[in-house]
Amino acid sequence: MNIENLVQINETEWEIPTYTRHDMRVPVRLFVTRELLEQILNDKSLEQAVNATTLPGLVGHVIVMPDMHQGYGFPIGGVAATEYPHGVISPGAIGYDINCGVRLLASGIDLESARAEMDTLATLLYKYCPSGVGKAGALKVNLKELDQVLRDGSRWALKNGYASKADLARTEEMGSLEGADPSQVSERAKTRGREQLGSLGAGNHFIEVDVVDQIFNEEAANTMGLYQSCLTVQIHCGSRGLGHQVCTDYVQEFQSAVRKYGIDLPDRELVCAPMDSSEGQAYMGAMRAAANFAFANRQLLAYSARRAFEETFAAKTRNWHLHQVYDIAHNMGKIETHEIDGKQVKVCVHRKGATRAFGPGSAGLPSEYKKIGQPVIIPGSMGTASWVLVGTEGSMTRSFGSSCHGAGRVMSRSKAKKEVRGDELRQALEEHGIKIRAGSMPGLAEEAPSAYKDVDMVVETVSEAGIARKVARLKPVAVIKG
Amino acid sequence: MGFEEISHTADRSVRVWAQDLPSLFVESARAMNSLAGIVIGKGPRLKQEFEVVGPDAESLLVAFLSELIFYQEQENLAFDLFELRVESQKLNVEMEGGQFASADKAIKAVTYHNMKIEKTSSGVEVVIVFDV
Repeated sequence: MNIENLVQINETEWEIPTYTRHDMRVPVRLFVTRELLEQILNDKSLEQAVNATTLPGLVGHVIVMPDMHQGYGFPIGGVAATEYPHGVISPGAIGYDINCGVRLLASGIDLESARAEMDTLATLLYKYCPSGVGKAGALKVNLKELDQVLRDGSRWALKNGYASKADLARTEEMGSLEGADPSQVSERAKTRGREQLGSLGAGNHFIEVDVVDQIFNEEAANTMGLYQSCLTVQIHCGSRGLGHQVCTDYVQEFQSAVRKYGIDLPDRELVCAPMDSSEGQAYMGAMRAAANFAFANRQLLAYSARRAFEETFAAKTRNWHLHQVYDIAHNMGKIETHEIDGKQVKVCVHRKGATRAFGPGSAGLPSEYKKIGQPVIIPGSMGTASWVLVGTEGSMTRSFGSSCHGAGRVMSRSKAKKEVRGDELRQALEEHGIKIRAGSMPGLAEEAPSAYKDVDMVVETVSEAGIARKVARLKPVAVIKG
Repeated sequence: MGFEEISHTADRSVRVWAQDLPSLFVESARAMNSLAGIVIGKGPRLKQEFEVVGPDAESLLVAFLSELIFYQEQENLAFDLFELRVESQKLNVEMEGGQFASADKAIKAVTYHNMKIEKTSSGVEVVIVFDV
């Protein structure tokens, strides 16, 4: 794939037309600048986007975001909608880490008044939020209780004292997907998950304390409770081993399903089944259950983060509380209604490394966000910046109500480890005032800022394209990872 | 028989080659252990056996490696000696290993992405992409 295969529509939109390859059912629409495109052409993500266009039942375009990069099967940063109920659902187009997502909490604690406590805060966050390879979670549950977590998600956390109603109101789908079916989750997946509830994991998962560095939209920032120079917390993680096993199980099972339904695909990782088939219904029940596990997981980590804040600041200020701004998923399949060619069409929107970004007035938003649109949280790389945006009417008509999810990698993990030493990176970040608590120096090196795209450029692209609006820019002051 | 890592933007990928299918499976397991940076400790060795089924050799390979991932994550167990019997839709495994002394990274899943076991002039080879 090279740039000659693409048609430029404007400064931030390109298209790969269906005549590019004989098996494409729909075009690919890219929200990307020429500069970012030149980076993207260095890996196989565009070929993967073209492969994704072969899924049966697709409507509109396959969309890719400016943070896109090579995945396996479906590109990271991809969005695809299939018509309900006969179109397909594809586990690989949602991802192994089902409901990997980000939660943003905010406070009224001014950084300068808190700077002397940042070491203590970082240490307590690292202590109370289990992280790392194979680490167990803050809570072990038995299988019966795990089924309740899978069915209820954040509602389970509310019932057990780990959440407030306000937390649920400011979580995508109120932190609980309807139609979750724990009986469709294998015993093996439950075994992997039952000791991991309330844990961060490793890889690119993290907890980050940020400061609100710049506000671009006062009204939206005030509504969210984001205050200049005050501390915020991001929690980035997903459904841990349980979600991975659900996806493994159904990608395996759907190898037979594609033969049964006569579906021919260029990549076995894209296997799928019609949504209204028994296989499709089973996966949807399991996927929703795994998503609920992830909502509960982030809720427990938020509870632990609040504990760390209370211990650090409660004796020093009355205003130490962390309130929830929003919690969003970026690996998910959702049944939504979108306008396509002037008609309201019910679809399954597959988002893999892409965020829901519903515009003002959309159903499902809490009342205080109806006017401004849904918050969209974009974590950047460690040491750079993160962003808070809101969804727009443009995203509803042009990208199935979706936006980007992060900075997007440009460098392999192996190369990052060869070029960057974890201990030197930690020292450099600490010298810039960013406290680091990391369980693995090679793991830290893999997440070096140089391994990622420029998040400011990614955000500028979605903003110029009109599928999200800038609200605030955040800068890191502490990073906790496994 | 051997393996080499292939560049992948966000995850890990290896090319594995061997003289026949059972050896390919064994070498794939070694490749996965190497990517994870697993060092098996000097404690007691133990044996496990299992059977997996699948419509083809690629499915058997994914099922085999997925089983090893489960042992790694749940029991901190890794295996480095294998006896395999590969039939067209069934794989029998007897393996020996132990608790690992250290691991750098969790391999979370084996994907089917572009997986095709190909015949070569000296045997067979496959490219595997892992989710990390």
